[in-house]
Amino acid sequence: MMKKKQSIIHSIAAAPHIFWSVLFIILPLLIVVYYAFTDGEGNFSFENILSLGEYAEIFGLSLELSVIATFVCLIIGYPLAMIIAKSKPKHQKIFLMLLMLPMWTNLLIRTYSIMAIFDDGGILNSLLGTTFHFIGTKGAVIFGMVYDFLPYMVLPIYTCVSKIDKHMWEAASDLGCSPTKVLTKVIIPLSMSGVISGVTMVLVPSISTFYISQKLGGGTFELIGDTIERQFVTGALNVGAAISLVMMILILISLSVMNKFSDSSDGGIIV
Amino acid sequence: MKKYLSGIYLTLIFGILYIPIITLIFFSFNSANSTAVFEGFSIKWYIELFNSPETFEALRNTLILAVLSSLIATVIGTAAAEGIYRMRNKLAKSAITSVTNIPMMNPDIVTGMSMMLFFVAVVAGISTVFELTYEDIGFFAMLIAHTTFCLPYVILSVLPRINELGNSLTEAAQDLGCTSMQAFFKVKLPNIMPGVISGMVMAFTMSLDDFVISYFVGSSNFQTLPLLIYSMTKKKVTPDMYALSAIIIVTVFLLLIISNFKTGKKIEGRRREARRK
Repeated sequence: MMKKKQSIIHSIAAAPHIFWSVLFIILPLLIVVYYAFTDGEGNFSFENILSLGEYAEIFGLSLELSVIATFVCLIIGYPLAMIIAKSKPKHQKIFLMLLMLPMWTNLLIRTYSIMAIFDDGGILNSLLGTTFHFIGTKGAVIFGMVYDFLPYMVLPIYTCVSKIDKHMWEAASDLGCSPTKVLTKVIIPLSMSGVISGVTMVLVPSISTFYISQKLGGGTFELIGDTIERQFVTGALNVGAAISLVMMILILISLSVMNKFSDSSDGGIIV
Repeated sequence: MKKYLSGIYLTLIFGILYIPIITLIFFSFNSANSTAVFEGFSIKWYIELFNSPETFEALRNTLILAVLSSLIATVIGTAAAEGIYRMRNKLAKSAITSVTNIPMMNPDIVTGMSMMLFFVAVVAGISTVFELTYEDIGFFAMLIAHTTFCLPYVILSVLPRINELGNSLTEAAQDLGCTSMQAFFKVKLPNIMPGVISGMVMAFTMSLDDFVISYFVGSSNFQTLPLLIYSMTKKKVTPDMYALSAIIIVTVFLLLIISNFKTGKKIEGRRREARRK
């Protein structure tokens, strides 16, 4: 008797959320699909989708830069996460805080501070009296992505590594593993779910960024985020919707493929 | 040896992370109108900043938006977590969780674009009945957008707590005569409170920090701090933008220290309590 009454009340509990999700998540996405397949007057057309070929190069460039940035983040971030996880608990807390502070500082400010330093007439050049040219190169954009998103790589890996039983290390080396083997055979496989969520948390914002490329790219080249933003500013919403749609589908596919490789769903949200 | 190497590595990475931020704060005290040459110490950019009504309006808007959207998201999200936990139908359960995660998985730019198109359509629909412009619903559009991308963070922080708690406590409460509503509010809610609070804090900071979605959804008459910073960096930058950034950075830093200190104490306290038992 009790059970029945309970289930009625509790089935209503999720109702506002379901209503909200349908209205403000699913419906807007359907509208994106509608815009992508219509012209300005609302007639059905494939024109927007077909015109996407023009943007293939931009897509490629975005993918290239964001994959490099993600890889650099992983190479820098993994050892960092390991060092933090192996340090004293008291120090761990301080390191984590130091890592989280930049993350909580607005992305615009962080990106802008890089520009203030490396700009042609910026702080570095006026301090040293040099004419070092950095802003406007691909390297600057990659640097910006790494700088902005590194904490997103480190934190999930840290969460994962710190959960690994300390005895694992000892057991592996007792059983004859060299330190390198302990790392490659035991620790890295066990921290894979952290690596995967770190990779997605860096890759997705990198590939879709427009502020970093606008500021640090110096307007010399365009990424896919810039293209969408430009369509939005100029009011070419149908093309913008088509690009967004393709980007969303590609990202959701790659995310679900990556999630297949990570067995557990934890480690994703620790921020 | 190994210890020194890791020390050097940590210093190097944190150095690179912090040098730009510290330089920015340093240059906010520049007396010259230059963003590259330091001529002398002054706080004139701070004074200028505090004299601008634009900054205060943006600050007020940002706070109102963050408070309201995190509150709404917390109420809806906590109820949703309870509902999802009770759901028997596995398929419905996983369908709801995947839809919930969409705004978190999707790039912000796509979420922003989709919401903007949605509100454009809503305005177009309503204005066939009576006159309405996008500016009229500017605030509500922002509120709805922020609540939507905050919801998954609340649910993901509350749901594990509910799973952990299990049913026995609420069942005991009901056996002792509580209605299921009372059992939820008097027994379950206090127990899952840490999850609810951390979800709300997360939602609040997400809303404070958001630029991309606000940029797409926002209208010209409702400006938030990130949008103000964006428009400041579009023009030629003067050091007052540095001053604003410095204030934000220091505020975040203080909040982080306070919250860490508090949760540290709380965890310590709970541990002590557990030990006593």
